[in-house]
Amino acid sequence: MSGLKNASLAARLFGYAALAVVLLVLPFVVEPLLGRAWVRIIDIALLFVLLALGLNIVVGFAGLLDLGYVAFFAVGAYLYALLASPHFGIHWPFFLLLPMGAALACLFGVLLGAPTLRLRGDYLAIVTLGFGEIIRIFLNNLNRPVNITNGPLGITLIEPIRFGDFSLSQQHTLAGLTFAPVHSYYYVFLACVVLAIVVSLRLEDSRIGRAWIAIREDEIAAKAMGIHTRNVKLLAFAMGASFGGVSGGLFAAFQGFVSPESFALLDSIMILCMVVLGGMGHVPGVVLGAILLTALPEALRYVGPLQQAWFGRVLIDPSDLRMLLFGLALVLMMLFRPAGLWPSRVRKREFAE
Amino acid sequence: MDIFLQQIINGLVLGSIYALVALGYTMVYGILGLINFAHGDIVMIGAMVALAIFHPLAASGIPAPVILLLALTASIAICVTLGMSIERIAYRPLRRAPRLAPLITAIGVSILIQYTAALIWGKQYISLPPLFKTTQLTIGGAHLTDLQAVIFLLACTVMGGLYWFVTRTRMGAAMRATEQNPDVAGLMGININFIISLTFVIGSGLAAVAGLMVVLYYGIGHYYMGFILGLKAFTAAVLGGIGNVTGAMLGGLLLGVIESLASGYIGDLTGGVFGSNYRDVFAFLVLVLVLIFRPSGLMGQPSAERA
Repeated sequence: MSGLKNASLAARLFGYAALAVVLLVLPFVVEPLLGRAWVRIIDIALLFVLLALGLNIVVGFAGLLDLGYVAFFAVGAYLYALLASPHFGIHWPFFLLLPMGAALACLFGVLLGAPTLRLRGDYLAIVTLGFGEIIRIFLNNLNRPVNITNGPLGITLIEPIRFGDFSLSQQHTLAGLTFAPVHSYYYVFLACVVLAIVVSLRLEDSRIGRAWIAIREDEIAAKAMGIHTRNVKLLAFAMGASFGGVSGGLFAAFQGFVSPESFALLDSIMILCMVVLGGMGHVPGVVLGAILLTALPEALRYVGPLQQAWFGRVLIDPSDLRMLLFGLALVLMMLFRPAGLWPSRVRKREFAE
Repeated sequence: MDIFLQQIINGLVLGSIYALVALGYTMVYGILGLINFAHGDIVMIGAMVALAIFHPLAASGIPAPVILLLALTASIAICVTLGMSIERIAYRPLRRAPRLAPLITAIGVSILIQYTAALIWGKQYISLPPLFKTTQLTIGGAHLTDLQAVIFLLACTVMGGLYWFVTRTRMGAAMRATEQNPDVAGLMGININFIISLTFVIGSGLAAVAGLMVVLYYGIGHYYMGFILGLKAFTAAVLGGIGNVTGAMLGGLLLGVIESLASGYIGDLTGGVFGSNYRDVFAFLVLVLVLIFRPSGLMGQPSAERA
C-alpha cells in the first residue's frame, strides 16, 4: 500500500519536474519554431493567467461577480506609468511600484466593495461594471486642466524593470544564449505566475478560503456558522484587485506604453471568460482557460484571409467574431457545462445536484 | 434662472426615457431576482430597427406619422420576440441554478446582441434622416421642442397604462403575486411561466418605445449605445427601489433631472476643472450613493435575503 503511495508520489514529483523543465526552456524552443512573436504572445498569456487567477479569487472562490476587473489592472498600470516615466520626471524602481500598485488597487477594491458587499451580490456586478467604464472616462479626460493621464494619447517611454544596471529591455547574453527582452520578461512573469498559483492554492485550503467557499455555497448558512460575511467578501474582492494591480504594473513595464484603450469592458469580459471557461474556483482550470483564450485571437487571425479565400471578402471582422464567440461561450457554458472545461471535483458535484 | 428651468425640462424629457427602460429592469428583477444585463441592448435593437425603417422611407414621400408608426410597430415586434426568446433560451433553464449562473448568461447574451448588431448595421454611428421639422415652444424663458413634448407625454401615457395594468387588472394581480412568491402563486393556479414571459414581453415592448425615442431625441444610433443607457436605467431602478414599478418611474425622472442639472452646472461649480464630458459619471455616483445610504431606494422596502 505504502509502496503504491510512494510510487504515485514519485510519479507526481517527476511530472512537476518535467513541467518545470519544459517551462524553463519554452521560449528557446518556441522562438526557432514559431518566431519571436510567439514568445511575446506567451508573455501576454502569462499576464492574463495572472489576471485570471486574481479574478478567480473573486468570482471562483467567493462567488462574487466582478464585471470591471480590468479597472484594477488599469490602476496598477497607470500607477507604474506615472511614477516611472518622463511624464512627471519621476523614476521609481519596480520593487517599490509593484507593491504600491497592488496596494492602490486594493484600496480601490475596498472603496468599491464596502458599500456594495453588504447588499445582495448582484449589485456588485453592476457597480463594478460601471466602475470599469468610469475609470476609462477619467483616464481619457484627466489631461486638463492639469495633465495627469495625458488623455487618450496615453503615456509613453515607461521604464522597464531594472535590477541596478541590469535592464530587462536590453539584450543580454548568458552562457551562449541570447536573452531578448521578451525572454527576460518571460522568466519574470513566470515567477510571478508561479507565486500567484502557490498563493491561490494555499488560500483555497486556508481558513479564509474555506470561508469564501462557504459564502459562495450559501451565504446565510455561512453567516450562521459565525463567518463575518461582509469582511470576508471584502477581503476576497480586495485581494483579487491587488492581483490585478500587480499585473497592471508588469504590463506597463513590459509594453513601455499605456493608454485608456487597453482597459475596455471587453477586456474585463475576456478575463471573466477565462475563469468561467476554465472552471470557476479551480486553479489549474483557470490557468488553462487563460492560455486557451489568449491563443484564440491568434488563431482567429487566420479567419480573415480564409473568408477572403472562400467568400471573396471578409464577412466578419476577426475581432468581432472573437466577441461573438465569447458571448456564446458564456451562455453555452452556463447552460451545458456550468462547472467549466476542467472543473474541480467539489464544484462538479455541486452543479450536478 | 432660465438655464435652471431649461435643464429641468431637458432632464424630465430624458428622464422619461430612462424611466421606460428602468421599468424593464425593475419588473424582471422583481420577479426573477435577476439583473437582465441584456435589457439595455434590447433598447439598442429597438433604436436600430427604427433607423433601418427610417432610412429607406425618409425620402419616399410617405407622411412622417405613418413612417413613425411603422417604425414603432416593427421595433416593438422585434424587441418583444427577442426578449421572449432570451428568457426562454438563456434564463428559464437556469431558474434553479446557483445565483452566479444566470448573471453570467445575461452578460453573455448582452455581448451576443451587441456584436450581432455590429455585424448587421456596422460599427459606425448611424444618424437619423430628416423626417419632420420640429417647432420650438417657449415656457417661461426656457425652450422646448414639440418633439420633446411628445416624447415626454407619450412616455407618461405608456407608464400610466402600465401602472393601471399592474394595479387594476387580474393579470397585473397575477404578476404581483408571482413577484411575492412564485411557488405559492403557482399553487394558486397562476401559470408562472406565462407570467414571466409576459414580464419580458412588456419590458421589451417598453424598451422598443424607449429605443425609438432615443433615436428621435439624439438623432443617432450605435451598436454600443445600450450599454451606458442600460447602466443609467438600472441606476434609476435602484434609485426608485428595485422591484417597485412606481419607484422605477420616479427614479427615472429624478435621475434625468439630476444628470441634466449636474452636467449643466459642473463647469461653473468647479471653475472649469470638470466639464460636461463627465456627464456619464453622475449616474454612477448616484448609484453608489444610493447603495451606501438607502439601498432599498426611495420607494422600496428593505428586504432580507431569503434562502
